[in-house]
Amino acid sequence: MAELIVFWVFAPLAVASGIAMLLQRNAVYSALFLVVNFFALAVFFLMLGAEFLFAVQIIVYAGAIMVLFLFVIMLLGVDREERLVEPIRWQRPLGIFLGVGITAEIFAAVRAGVGFAAKAPGGFALVNQGGNAQAIAKVLFTDYFLPFEITSILLIVAAVAAMVLAHRRRGAVSGPPPAGPARPQPDREAEVAG
Amino acid sequence: MIPAPHLDFLPLLPELIVAGVAVALLVGGALVGRPSQTVLLLLTLAGLIAAAAASAYLWNWDGPGRVLGEMIQADRLAVVSRMILLGVGAFGALYGHHYFARTGVARMEFYPLLLLAVSGMTLLVASADLIVVFLALEILSLALYILVALSFRMASAEASMKYFLLGAFSSAFFLYGLAMAYGAAGTTKIDGIALALSGRTGSQPLALAAVGLLLIGFGFKVSVVPFHMWTPDVYQGAPTSVTAFMAAGTKVAAFTALIRVLDVSFQPLTWDWRPAVWALAAASMVLGSLLAIAQTDLKRLLGYSSIAHAGFILTGLIATDGAGIAAVTFYLVAYSVTVLGAFGTVMLASGGIRERTSFDSFRGLAGRSPMLAGLLTLFLLSLAGIPPTVGFIAKAGVFGSAIRAGFWPLALIGVLASVVGAFFYLRVIVLMYMEEPQAELEPEGAALPGAALALAAGLTLVLGVFPQIILPVLEKAAILRW
Repeated sequence: MAELIVFWVFAPLAVASGIAMLLQRNAVYSALFLVVNFFALAVFFLMLGAEFLFAVQIIVYAGAIMVLFLFVIMLLGVDREERLVEPIRWQRPLGIFLGVGITAEIFAAVRAGVGFAAKAPGGFALVNQGGNAQAIAKVLFTDYFLPFEITSILLIVAAVAAMVLAHRRRGAVSGPPPAGPARPQPDREAEVAG
Repeated sequence: MIPAPHLDFLPLLPELIVAGVAVALLVGGALVGRPSQTVLLLLTLAGLIAAAAASAYLWNWDGPGRVLGEMIQADRLAVVSRMILLGVGAFGALYGHHYFARTGVARMEFYPLLLLAVSGMTLLVASADLIVVFLALEILSLALYILVALSFRMASAEASMKYFLLGAFSSAFFLYGLAMAYGAAGTTKIDGIALALSGRTGSQPLALAAVGLLLIGFGFKVSVVPFHMWTPDVYQGAPTSVTAFMAAGTKVAAFTALIRVLDVSFQPLTWDWRPAVWALAAASMVLGSLLAIAQTDLKRLLGYSSIAHAGFILTGLIATDGAGIAAVTFYLVAYSVTVLGAFGTVMLASGGIRERTSFDSFRGLAGRSPMLAGLLTLFLLSLAGIPPTVGFIAKAGVFGSAIRAGFWPLALIGVLASVVGAFFYLRVIVLMYMEEPQAELEPEGAALPGAALALAAGLTLVLGVFPQIILPVLEKAAILRW
């Protein structure tokens, strides 16, 4: 019963915040509605017995990723004029068609597969014995230990990549390149950006 | 309390060395401030040689076949492919040192990124689980996106963006395929999938979707038609030294992983995926060769030629026996040596960073630099598959294994495509020897890349005349145990 109440409070909230996010013209409001949406989804994870996902959803998505989004929006300028004319004319009908299509597909797949449930499936409780976070930790640090560690190399590559693209050290550039007028004065540009 | 798993890191030693040197260079470079390019190059080469020694040691590994939670394969195919990849990495470092050092835009990050890309590639050939395959693919792709952008030319940034967008797309396909494979087999282990699928009868839509989507994901990486669109643009836009490295490295790594996925995981479905691979191979060979005719830029031409070569390699893959796998690995060696040599020569002949790679710049190259013209001729003949070069033996091997498996029409298409290919390679050779020079471009001579080119040329000829030097090794490596 309590679960039903929680569901019917948060489900409309999730849908409404999702729609509101799409309808906002201001990017900051959109991002904030997305935060609300993430919180509502996190509650669903909690109801389904996935406490770890609940915490991760709030910390990583609502916390880190959304802050990053907002940061980028602010960096680009909140009051920037967006061109709202679509360059590709058939994009919108096609988008609507594909959106409706994938919604129908998901409904059909879920209905044919597990069905709609307000509770976690039966086997889940067995796996979750001794706590959800513990169960994940057990798998992550034994069977999937290596992929977990390899991900750190992936993150190193990503961090180096971002720095190489964004940061142009003065010392690294000893003069303008012989040809290719794409960036005639890399030195000065780096100075201005810094 | 979670029991600690048994961890046997030895079969992962090559990757640990390569990635470790990369991280050490990053940290050290930040501490030193402006490290000398030559020191960086030497450290990079030392790391690659150490990793090669470690992987040679693994040839006689007698521990369990899969280690670290059955995520890493410790077989000889991994050893051989790693050796090829580490060699490709060394070539890439030598070329990059030459290319970037004299441009004034030398970045110390080049060497760590190259090493990280190599570690992703070697990890890819040793993975025993589709999740590790995916992570390794991402490591090598991310590093390559940046290496492609590592030049001030506008074309370089554009190529990187194009490669990134399409690569992200292909990763999504791969992930979707991975999910489908998990749905079909209940596991992501490469051999576990085969065990789950074998013995089943009736149609298996999930498994078929999985193999199809995984083929699309790999198809992007190795650039087979119809997933080839990025190849000419990226090959042309990237700094030539990086193009050489990625052309050889991605093909070796992705094809070796594809061997494992097709010949082990989806071995029970061999008769279902063969027609798809057949079509991909035929389309790549035909379209790659035909489109190459119309090109007027040497790097672009080599891009299309790499598409055709991806088709040739797939032809060998269609025979799933050990000899077929050996033929494919031999082809990968041959292609790596040849394409590294070809792009290296182009790099030296096209004025380095100025990238004058249109056909006009190569008109009458023989008069200005007979050495470079001779080398380029040798590599182009090898790409065309004309004896006594290694390209001929490689082509004969893959076509032979296709015929043995009963796919002679595919081999016939391959031979015809090779004939078309010979035409446009010969056209470049004619251009270099028989026409008057138009552009006043002084080809550069340099000691380090020169030595690398000499090595590539030597291998092209020696392996073309005496393929039995490495064939027994490759045949021993071609036995997949699972």
